[in-house]
Amino acid sequence: MTAPIEDVTPAERARGTSFYEASARTRLELLLDAGSLIEFIGPEQREVSPHLETFDLPEQFDDGIVVGHGRLDGTPVFVAAQEGRFMGGAFGEVHGAKLTGLLHAARQIGSIPVLILFDTGGVRLQEANAGELAIAEIMRAMIEARAAGVKVIGLIGGRSGCYGGGGLIAGCCSALAVSEPGRIAVSGPEVIETNRGVEEFDSRDRALVWRTMGGKHRRLLGAADIFAEDTVQDFREAALELLGLLGPVGTFGLDRLKAEHERLADRLRRFGACEDAIDIWTAEGVAHAATVPELPADQFIALANRIGRTSRDAR
Amino acid sequence: MTLDDILVSLFPDGHEVRNDDGIIAGAATLRSGGKMLVIGVANRTALGVDEAIRLSGLVLESIGRDSGPILVLVDSDSQRMSKRDELLGLNEFLAHLAKVLIHADMHGRPTIGLLYGHSAAGALLATGLATRVLVGLPGAEPAVMDLPSMAKVTKLSMAALVEKAKSTPVFAPGLSNLEQMGAVHMTWSDSRPLAEQLEALLADMPVVQDRRGALGKERGGRLKAADIAERVRDLALQTR
Repeated sequence: MTAPIEDVTPAERARGTSFYEASARTRLELLLDAGSLIEFIGPEQREVSPHLETFDLPEQFDDGIVVGHGRLDGTPVFVAAQEGRFMGGAFGEVHGAKLTGLLHAARQIGSIPVLILFDTGGVRLQEANAGELAIAEIMRAMIEARAAGVKVIGLIGGRSGCYGGGGLIAGCCSALAVSEPGRIAVSGPEVIETNRGVEEFDSRDRALVWRTMGGKHRRLLGAADIFAEDTVQDFREAALELLGLLGPVGTFGLDRLKAEHERLADRLRRFGACEDAIDIWTAEGVAHAATVPELPADQFIALANRIGRTSRDAR
Repeated sequence: MTLDDILVSLFPDGHEVRNDDGIIAGAATLRSGGKMLVIGVANRTALGVDEAIRLSGLVLESIGRDSGPILVLVDSDSQRMSKRDELLGLNEFLAHLAKVLIHADMHGRPTIGLLYGHSAAGALLATGLATRVLVGLPGAEPAVMDLPSMAKVTKLSMAALVEKAKSTPVFAPGLSNLEQMGAVHMTWSDSRPLAEQLEALLADMPVVQDRRGALGKERGGRLKAADIAERVRDLALQTR
């Protein structure tokens, strides 16, 4: 028996909704406290990309990103959610400027955290120069906000993953949560294959893509602190947990950067000669490393916690 | 100009800057007598995890020492496109380099990027685009993506892209296009000593504030970015 729709609580809906499959707006609706989202420059304002027309491409009234203010268990948060189904969630002039403006406000206020629901292939090539620069501006604005004490949390589990400049922005966040289908990388599989050949990277080998760029590998490396199941509710809980773990004050600064340097240099020393993710997991002491991709979420989380690599104090 | 020519023209009072397998590192003396830290990427080298950790290390080691403003010279490929680099988390290494440069700039070590050759995509984001002032030299060839690859991704013919590139600076590779966007603050002349132009810039460094949105608007390259960012910021400030 299916319960009538009005009897389903928001949490139950969030529990039953795949983050991967949901739209940016559905993710925000179910991630935040019910009805708490206030959007800035919403689709009714029709601030579309001024560049897509040149290529006879359709525009979207929100240019593929929702930015606003909402509440998470009562706590005020700023949010940005990319729509991976519009132009692959790519950064264009308007799309990027919305996030830059949000981060500028967060820096000025200092105490309201920012949640970014990434879903992006990187720069929107039809407006490549504007998109690339937007990413540079976002990175600068994010570092300035973090230096002012703002926590910035990235949630990664969308169809388009988090590629290109999106991967660099994710690398600037205070902490990340990622699900199994969330992928984080700079060069996408097709880009590597096109430039370096199929011997370097076979983009059709999906298992290779997941274990090289996917959420499980990023969690085991410590690039992401939380591995979320693919439901909006799980990402909500991950965001709440990260807000708690990050403590009351942001302490981004020289000590963090030195710690990050040591963390990354240590990774190169330990795993720099590994040829495949399975070699890295084996070097981490994972028995039967080849079975990691098949592990159910609860067993995987237990494994990742046992290995215990995190980065929130060193990024 | 070659890297050697550029270094001689920038630092007639001497420098100890080396190009070690495409990684530029060293110190130089300014006309004013002060020091400058010089780092960068040469020989169109790809920026991978190994290169990024070396460059960020050079900057981190210099913090707290009296080593002056930071010059980032750029003639790179894009980010290194390889399985190994992505496996090891290239995005974190490139972000780390950018963060270190931005942090230094915010804390008394003004950063200047000098784009003298090629650069693209993630490599440009982690180097030149992470500095306070990005300068171009004539002949520099920045590109987010080359036109043939762009043709593949956008499914447009090369002929159509070449035609559009003439009238549409927003997507086409090239120094003047990036300047129009506000990404490149200025282009120096290669017929005057670079030292003069560097000293003039250092004497009149803009404040630590990202002015690229305003520049892009002034120059007509990005008519919407600055206004959209400002409107979102104002709306966000009202809701607290």
